[in-house]
Order: sequence, then structure tokens, then C-alpha cells
Amino acid sequence: MTTPVSSMALVLGGSVIGSIGAVFLKSGALLVTRSLSSIVLNWKLAAGVVTYLISSVLFVKGMAHGELSVLFPMVSLSYICSLFWSRLFFNETITSAKVCGIGLILVGIVCLGLGSA
Amino acid sequence: MSTATIPAHTPVDHAKRRQAVLIIIAGTFLVAVAQMLIKSGANRLGHADMVATAIGILTIPPLFAGYCLYAVFAAMMIYALRHGELSVLFPLISLGFVWVAILSVLILHEAMSPLKGVGIAIIVAGVATLGRGGSH
Repeated sequence: MTTPVSSMALVLGGSVIGSIGAVFLKSGALLVTRSLSSIVLNWKLAAGVVTYLISSVLFVKGMAHGELSVLFPMVSLSYICSLFWSRLFFNETITSAKVCGIGLILVGIVCLGLGSA
Repeated sequence: MSTATIPAHTPVDHAKRRQAVLIIIAGTFLVAVAQMLIKSGANRLGHADMVATAIGILTIPPLFAGYCLYAVFAAMMIYALRHGELSVLFPLISLGFVWVAILSVLILHEAMSPLKGVGIAIIVAGVATLGRGGSH
């Protein structure tokens, strides 16, 4: 069984879109107060949820065909993206611990994928 | 690598940050269950287009249940993101892979290979590294 390039594109696209969704979720979450309107009328939260849904649909479509051992590690792209978005939009620092942590996670997912094959 | 200080308008509450990490860790377990449900439902979708996929999510029970769990996770994530760093919390979602691997062995009786065990250990080490790195 081989993995179609279209499946890889769907998973990689879903990863980038998902990481953007997380940015909307965080900026929306910071605006939430005790009032209901701060949740219901929060366009950033809505954008985050919609973006997340879109990425999930792309994952469902992408994972439907092809090897999970190939497709799973591609999700790591979203973690790498989140590192840069966090620095850009929330002034979070890129520490060596974060880079090492994400690196370890990537290696671990590859091992997990190979072990599942 | 970085010596930049956190801006004065965002005071750091370490207890809340730890709580946010624990919420995401619990949430990834729900995501793992959701992913197993969605995977089993996705096989029934076949070559569906975008509209058929959307209808499938509403009408195929395992897909619907999977996405409901995702909604619960979204609520947990919104709560956690208020207090924690995105660059720490978002990669923690990878713990879902660990839960899926464990659930696959326990429920689907898949074989537990040595490489799988190594992968699980390395991901957990990565998550621990991230969790500690974020608070300093």
C-alpha cells in the first residue's frame, strides 16, 4: 500500500490550517469573560472552531487513503507552525526546551508510525 | 536560546499554567477516543465530496460521536489557552498519538512492537521537555 500525494497534501494542509485555528482559539479565549455574549458573539472563537473543523475534515479525507505511518508524522508540521505563530502573535519565546520537545515528539511519532506498520 | 521577558500586562500564574497542561493532557485522551471513532466512520465515507462528508459527520454515528468529543475538547482547550502558552499547549496534543497506540493494543488487540514502545517513550519525553520548558 502506498500513500497518494493527494492524501499527504490534505494532511499537511490540514496541519497548517489547524495551527492557524489554534491562534484564533487562543485570541478568542483571551476575550472570554463571565458574560454569555463574550462567548456567543466572539468572532475569533467562531473563526477558531470553523478553522479547526475545516482542518479535521481535511484530516478525515487525507487519512481515509494511505498509510497512517506516513501521514501521522506530517501532523507535526502543525506543532512547528504553532511555535512561530505563538512568537508572532502572542510574544511567546522560542526556547531550546520547546524546540527539543517538538523534535522529540516528531521522532517519537515517526517511531510509532514505523512500529505500527 | 531566548532571554526575552514576558510583557508586564500578562502576569504568569504557574499554578494556572500547570492546570492548563493537565487539562490538555486529559483532553488528548478524549481526542484519541474521538480519532478512533472518526477513523472507523471514515471508512464508511468512501469517495465522498465535501458536502457528503459534512452529511456523513451528522448521520454516521461513530463520526458524529467523534466530533462531539472534539467539541468537548475544544471547550477544554479554550479554557486552557486562557492561562497557558500556545507554543507549549498545542504540541501537547501529540499525546493523542500515545493514547491511540495504547487504546489500539488494549481494545483492537493490535500487537505491541518494541518500536511502538520506543515511540511512546520518546513522545512522552518530548511532552515532558515541553511542559518544563514553558514555565522557565
